[in-house]
Amino acid sequence: MKRRLFTSSENETRTDGGTTVPADAEPSPGSDSDTDPQETQSSGGFGSSFDSEFVQSLPFWLPPFLLMGFFVYGAIGWNLLISLTDLSGYALPDYSTLDFEQYTRAFSSPEFLSAAQNTVALLVAFTLTSVAVGLALAILIDRQIRFEDGFRTIYLLPFSLSFVVTAQLWLWMYDYNNGIVNMVFRSGGISPPDWIGNPQFVLGAVIFALVWQFSGYAMVVFLAGLQTIPDEHFEAARIDGASTVRMYWRVIIPQLRGSMISALVVLMIVALKTFDFLYALFGQYQPKKGSDILATLMVREAFSNNNLAYGSAISILLFVMALGVIGPYLYSQYRRGEL
Amino acid sequence: MQDLRGSIGYWRITLYAVLALLVGFFLIPIEAGLVTSFKTTEAVTRTAPYLPPGPGGFTLQNWVAAFDALSNGLVNSLLLAIPGTILSATLGSLAAYGLTQVSWRGQLPVLLLFVAAVFIPYQAVLVPLSKFWTVYVPLQELFPILAQHHATLLELIITDTAYGIPICTVLFRGYYMGLSGEMIEAAKLDGASVATIYRRIVLPLSGPMFAVTFIFQFTQIWNDLLFPLILVPGASSQAAPVTLSLVGLGETLSGTDYGLRMAGAFITALPTLLVFILFGDQFARGIAGRS
Repeated sequence: MKRRLFTSSENETRTDGGTTVPADAEPSPGSDSDTDPQETQSSGGFGSSFDSEFVQSLPFWLPPFLLMGFFVYGAIGWNLLISLTDLSGYALPDYSTLDFEQYTRAFSSPEFLSAAQNTVALLVAFTLTSVAVGLALAILIDRQIRFEDGFRTIYLLPFSLSFVVTAQLWLWMYDYNNGIVNMVFRSGGISPPDWIGNPQFVLGAVIFALVWQFSGYAMVVFLAGLQTIPDEHFEAARIDGASTVRMYWRVIIPQLRGSMISALVVLMIVALKTFDFLYALFGQYQPKKGSDILATLMVREAFSNNNLAYGSAISILLFVMALGVIGPYLYSQYRRGEL
Repeated sequence: MQDLRGSIGYWRITLYAVLALLVGFFLIPIEAGLVTSFKTTEAVTRTAPYLPPGPGGFTLQNWVAAFDALSNGLVNSLLLAIPGTILSATLGSLAAYGLTQVSWRGQLPVLLLFVAAVFIPYQAVLVPLSKFWTVYVPLQELFPILAQHHATLLELIITDTAYGIPICTVLFRGYYMGLSGEMIEAAKLDGASVATIYRRIVLPLSGPMFAVTFIFQFTQIWNDLLFPLILVPGASSQAAPVTLSLVGLGETLSGTDYGLRMAGAFITALPTLLVFILFGDQFARGIAGRS
């Protein structure tokens, strides 16, 4: 019997595989539905009904697909084209001469290289810390405590906030003279830095605030994963005399690999595209020295400096980085039968 | 069921102590912001940030001033978030149905495109989006009957809908894959068409998932700054949603005006905080659904 994470889940019609252990965290194992298409197709002589079902399905998925395809993939394709022009200001793109000048410009720019470095640092530190904190929160909450729902709600609360709101709150937290962070440091006898204004510390300060906002997200993903692990696994590990720490490390955490991967992918994409927080934190397009990332550089070049083609090129490079994260994830989902 | 009743109380006390400390970590920035929003400028520096205003330090003026600055933005954000959420959730449900309960060749690549679209950084579409709405399809010029700010809001609604479809489709797909196959098969044997099955079986069962998707997508659109920043002329524009208005408000403040800044932050956050507190379960399930 699996424990329920959401009180209203009893109302759902489910096809859980009983004591089957899903390969990942999703409550609805993909393997259950994988056989359905094959069964339908293997009924053989009903080619006409197969075709008619496809035709009947078109009104359902085709309009959203076209709208999404135009605005997402059409826009990306156009963006790639613009990045090969020298478009700037309010002119129309000139497609007669296409080259990679904007990419050459990017890779020879110290500003770009610094932003790329900060992007990678942010991505690694933010992602790993959020996952570690989220996993710890999930394990603590999952130990059949009272007020479980209350704790979960509190830890997830920051995730509901806008980046813009989070930035205002942490401006106050990091205020040099009166902020709580420096109050804590001073009470410990340490002379604190100006977190937001000091290039040495500003990226760390940004990462800390983002971890505060997103570790609740990671917690929920892991909680969902923990809920899919049968009680028998906990009992079996305990009967073997394993300590709690060893039980989690050896038995439970390996079964959360699917949750781990999902959380990592989403958080890495958040790190790559974070713009709102930095823009609101500094009140302008130019983040403080030491915290400029590709996401902010791109928007600034395109819409503040009017270098549209250069901004497009930077955003294509960001997109390629995102593909480097998404591609392996989608492939692993496909191999596991989730797609 | 893990039975910890036999464990010594020490571990349980330690567990609750750690959980309480974590509550502090997650709530202190919010609590400090909230109490600061009720302090006069002088009280902000006179009392510790996490303490309520002392005698004579309390004021509602920050909230009044912030509401004045943000009220138009709040209206605009509602005008964006409500239709944007309804449209993308509806289209997501339709797309997910067409990709799960109906079988056809070519389904997998279409599904892959929906899923991949969830993860694309919006930076990759900003320049084309800006050119599209300002040069190629300027709604205000095409439909002069529209006021400029209404045309801009409409552009944002269409944009938010288009970019909300991928995640809504993924959420509904996870749900529809869990629906009992027996009901669908029985209906098919009875000769029900694809459309009839959706209207009579799938849609009535979709209530819980619509709730999850509405809550998740409303929060996404309400909280967004990047699209409005690109498509709206400026923070003072009549079409500026509340996130852009809050940034504009923040830009006008000196470093010490934390009372007004915090009041503005909470006015902006109030709708999504309320949605979250009232529907935390659905919100959490929406998040977990992405895993």
